[in-house]
Amino acid sequence: MDFGPYLFLATLEGLVQAAVLCLTALGLSLVFGVMRVVNVAHGEFYMLGAVLAWWITGWFAGNPAIGFFAAIIIGPLLVGLIAYLCERFILRRVEYDPEATIVATIGILYILQQTTLLTFGPDARPVDTPFYFRVEFPWFGYSGYKLLVIGAAVLLLLLAWFVITRTRLGLIMRATQFDRETAQNFGISVDKVYATVFAVGAGFAAVAAVLIVPIQQAHYLMGGDPLLLSFIVVIIGGLGSIRGTLVAALLIGLSDGIISVFFSPTLAKMVSTMLVALVLVFRPQGLFGVRSRI
Amino acid sequence: MQPGYKSLLLHALVVIGLFLLQFVLPEYHHLSVARIMLLAVFAMGFNLLFGYTGLLSLGHAMFFAAGMYGAGLSVYHFDWSVPLSFIFGVGCGAMLSFVVGLIALRTTGVAFMIVTLMFSQVAYLIIVYFTTYTRGDEGLVMPQAARSFILLGREFLLTDAATRYNLSLILLTITMVVVLLLVRGKFGRSLIAVRENEPRTRMLGYNTFAIKLRALTVSGTLSAGSGAAYALMFAYIGSSFATIQYSIDPLLYSLLGGAGTVLGPVLGTFLMFYLIDIASEYTTAYLLVAGVVLVMLVLFFPKGLLGTVRERWLRWLP
Repeated sequence: MDFGPYLFLATLEGLVQAAVLCLTALGLSLVFGVMRVVNVAHGEFYMLGAVLAWWITGWFAGNPAIGFFAAIIIGPLLVGLIAYLCERFILRRVEYDPEATIVATIGILYILQQTTLLTFGPDARPVDTPFYFRVEFPWFGYSGYKLLVIGAAVLLLLLAWFVITRTRLGLIMRATQFDRETAQNFGISVDKVYATVFAVGAGFAAVAAVLIVPIQQAHYLMGGDPLLLSFIVVIIGGLGSIRGTLVAALLIGLSDGIISVFFSPTLAKMVSTMLVALVLVFRPQGLFGVRSRI
Repeated sequence: MQPGYKSLLLHALVVIGLFLLQFVLPEYHHLSVARIMLLAVFAMGFNLLFGYTGLLSLGHAMFFAAGMYGAGLSVYHFDWSVPLSFIFGVGCGAMLSFVVGLIALRTTGVAFMIVTLMFSQVAYLIIVYFTTYTRGDEGLVMPQAARSFILLGREFLLTDAATRYNLSLILLTITMVVVLLLVRGKFGRSLIAVRENEPRTRMLGYNTFAIKLRALTVSGTLSAGSGAAYALMFAYIGSSFATIQYSIDPLLYSLLGGAGTVLGPVLGTFLMFYLIDIASEYTTAYLLVAGVVLVMLVLFFPKGLLGTVRERWLRWLP
């Protein structure tokens, strides 16, 4: 294959990565932006999404599309419920103190991961692709499902953008993010907003995982990489800035896809992690963000 | 009795107790306690930064690994003697923690935790990347020549369990004395001042960056000492010691025993080590225990065991 088509293939793969990463990182960014807490367990919500997808698709015989459709509705809802319970019974009780929250979410990380190990087991398990369809390009055929992943992610992101900027719900969220106490004075139930945002943030990670699981397989340790990548994206994009998050996810997903075709993945990871840490030190508002008020 | 003497007596009793313990312990627990004492050194180093200075690092595994690989690689590749490579390992940790401190301490709060986490991840990836020298995940077993050394005219056999136990105890005692001296002195008070209110400390004329940098360097050096001793005594180094798990362990130990107390991390290491040891007999998901303990501590017991004891009964506990 010539270099051109090869690069095109790498770009497509990168776009799939970027799409999933956008959704996962958006969840983390929402939680950080509105609640000002770092959720270390975010990767485990992603993992739960994938594992639940495996479980739910198992209920349905016949056409795999039915099971998949059920999984993408029920999976994120269940994950959102689990996240809601974590928020309600753990994070709220430590009053979102930054340090205690990190320690608590590390604890939640272990609990979710190890419970999955106990119930789901240590093996990686596949989930059927909902449909088989190949898009024929002049140089190679490409899985239609992967293109659907990109499309679905774009739709979801547009929906999120619409909700955040154009609806009353989004207004309440942004008000809480901007100034929690004033928002409370205006009769906004900050507790409810926090619980919703935490559940929705986890739900985004779960949706991303359900979308990717037919390509990747479900495994109880699969939450580590998305967590680190989401951190990277959120930091590069500026902590709490949604637009920055999306740009950074696109940039990193694409470059990750393309770089790992040409270089050793360990080296690529090493250099990018180092660079990101330095961004956080020397430009804490991120490459695209503006300095936050707090 | 003066509070100073009381705490001195308590710590001396702990050391004597640990010394006597080796004569009654069965073989398996003898080995476990030797490991625990080294890990307790790690936890005490971590706690100097976390409990006393109020800086939560999520990357202390890199300092532990710096000591471990500094000592292990110099023994393995250059055939250095055991004491020399130990000193070299500690030196590597001191250097690394100083440099990391210079960069990472420019951030505060959540950013500091993430930056240290990421640096530690980079350190892990470096170990995996240079697999030609480190054998990555598979690790290296120390050569036979490094299983004994001569110091002050006496030969020490590292294959001998009693030698290992007592060397660990010596390292633990030295660390305890260093930490006690530090936290009871002027430096310790400045650390606590930074923890309680950094802007006010700065306003009083203290250079808080320098204080934090010193705290991080001492903390990293102690952690490296633990890592170096671990490599030399148990004759194995591997990249699993540089994973995030090893950054979280000292946090767990400190929180359980009581952050900001000298003996807390030691007690926490003992309890947590045995808790996980027992859990791992029943299930492969033994880390579940770590998760549950972390959440419970944060929710119901934020001061840990000795922190609570100090608050309720023994005000003089350092």
